[in-house]
Amino acid sequence: MAEAAPRGMTDWIASRARWRIGEIVFWLACLLPLLPAQYLPSFLQPFWIFDRYLQLLSQIAITALFAISLDLILGYAGVVSLGHAAFFGLGAYAAGLISKFWFTDPLLGLLCSALLAGALGYISSFVILRFHGLALIMITLGLGQLLAEAANSASWLTGGADALQGIRAGKIFGVFEFDIYGQTAYIYALVVTFLVFLVARRITNSPFGMSIRGIRDNSRRMLAIGAPNQQHLRRVFTIAAAMAGVAGALLTQTTQTCSLETLNFQRSADVLVILILGGVGRLYGAMAGAIIYMIARDIFSDVNPQYWYFWIGLLLIAVVRYMPDGLLGGLSFLGSKLRRS
Amino acid sequence: MLTSFISVLYDGFAYGMLLFVLSVGLSVTLGMMNFVNLAHCAFAMLGGYVTVTMINHLGWPFLATLPIAFLAAAVASVLLERTLYRSLYGRSDLDHCLLTIGIVFVSVAGAAYIFGTLQQPIQVPSWLRGTWVVGNLTFGVYRAFLIVVGLALAAALIVSLEYTRFGATVRAAVDNQRMARGLGIDVDRVFMLTFALGSGLAGLGGALAIEIVGLDHSFALHYLIYVLIVVSVGGMGSIWGSFVAAVVLGVSDMAGKYWLPQLGSFLIYLVMVGILMWRPLGLFGKR
Repeated sequence: MAEAAPRGMTDWIASRARWRIGEIVFWLACLLPLLPAQYLPSFLQPFWIFDRYLQLLSQIAITALFAISLDLILGYAGVVSLGHAAFFGLGAYAAGLISKFWFTDPLLGLLCSALLAGALGYISSFVILRFHGLALIMITLGLGQLLAEAANSASWLTGGADALQGIRAGKIFGVFEFDIYGQTAYIYALVVTFLVFLVARRITNSPFGMSIRGIRDNSRRMLAIGAPNQQHLRRVFTIAAAMAGVAGALLTQTTQTCSLETLNFQRSADVLVILILGGVGRLYGAMAGAIIYMIARDIFSDVNPQYWYFWIGLLLIAVVRYMPDGLLGGLSFLGSKLRRS
Repeated sequence: MLTSFISVLYDGFAYGMLLFVLSVGLSVTLGMMNFVNLAHCAFAMLGGYVTVTMINHLGWPFLATLPIAFLAAAVASVLLERTLYRSLYGRSDLDHCLLTIGIVFVSVAGAAYIFGTLQQPIQVPSWLRGTWVVGNLTFGVYRAFLIVVGLALAAALIVSLEYTRFGATVRAAVDNQRMARGLGIDVDRVFMLTFALGSGLAGLGGALAIEIVGLDHSFALHYLIYVLIVVSVGGMGSIWGSFVAAVVLGVSDMAGKYWLPQLGSFLIYLVMVGILMWRPLGLFGKR
């Protein structure tokens, strides 16, 4: 269809897809933590703490990836899900079980997990996309809980509450081993997150991404101009599920653990909160939310894990009340105001 | 087999009555304003803590604390409605969910800060404790009390909704809000009263629940899922629907715990998903 579109339209889509300087700086900055401290000027060295936090940074990358996958269906397609952890957990367990019983190559494991989670997403999309409003929230929550309870009962396969035992870690490309400092794990998580981000960015700037936004904003009009709404939604739901599966598989492979926590309701709720805090419907919102949330949790939960949710709750109330587009949305609103004045 | 069947039915029905009292207010306010109030169980928790405090620190009798629990939850809900909820009525379901789940998080952390994380013990009066033994069946007295209270409340709510002037305005506002406004009904005021009544009932439910399921700081989050299941299965805005859904859920949860404990809460989610697939609007939902 792109050939038939008028010239102004294709230009507009292309201009949205152009890389901005801020984006390039952001991704380059993600490489900074890998810089060993001894290459820095000596007065900076005591402050260079990133290499001690590489594990946290890999977790942030994985969470950002998971949030991006939710953003595709929630922010762009407008499908609310409280059971997105189902795909994350499926990917996590698939990667763990594949390495335990079959082969240890991480990339192949990642691919298999993505395919499995995508298949589950495709099948469940037939059920989920029939619902709207409260029923949609409840059906996604119910299906997610069903999978979590099933994994809990099938302890002969999943290890149940004791977590999956016997996960083996292979070398990436047969060369790079996962080290105890988490350097390989961070590079691996970062690269995979970046590649999936590229895919998501391509999708959201494509005519397909535009149609999905059209369905979110006015599904009847999209039907009237001949868009196959259900087919589009099913496709984006499948893609998002596969991405969530990749995030789950990454978590298993980089930490060599896989527990029921990957499937539980808390994870679905947390990723929703992360996305809302960062800003729905913008991919960098998902990233910003993941970075802020994970770092804040790391700091606050050392103090007292119970009161951590007090601050998250207050933040949620403030964001919904005063910044409906999330922190990034609020920032860009401020930016455009400043530029205009 | 028969004896266990009867005791599952009895315990499940009592549990269902508890769920009904906890969730009926949410169902009606959701049907009227389309406002998804996930903080409903936070009001229930408030009622529970009011009762615990009054019994343990002020020495009030259990029954006398129940109206206070009702009032405290009702007043708190009106305050929140005035300050926070009102500005969000035009916004999406998701915004409602997020704002109210924020309130839940704050209330859970606040309860942990004030009351600690332990289960709160209470003493119900001696005539509510103990069991009746009929043949080889035992019936808990407190559960009978719950069933009586739940049935009386359901009857009172249905009768007042059907036969009083206020009930008629509530039904009008649920069925067609714009038309009701056009006829001169002050929907905002009706909504505020209904909201206070529903949250008050939740507070009462929270107080009644302590003896059966206990009370700790995570109550607002833990029972939220049960309440939402009741509302979505029963259909929004329907008291009778909430009643049926609460009984179905209570009995199936009890049956699952009794006969298939290894499945955990698998059964209630299965029941919910099954009913929603069959009727996406819930058993008695209209839209």
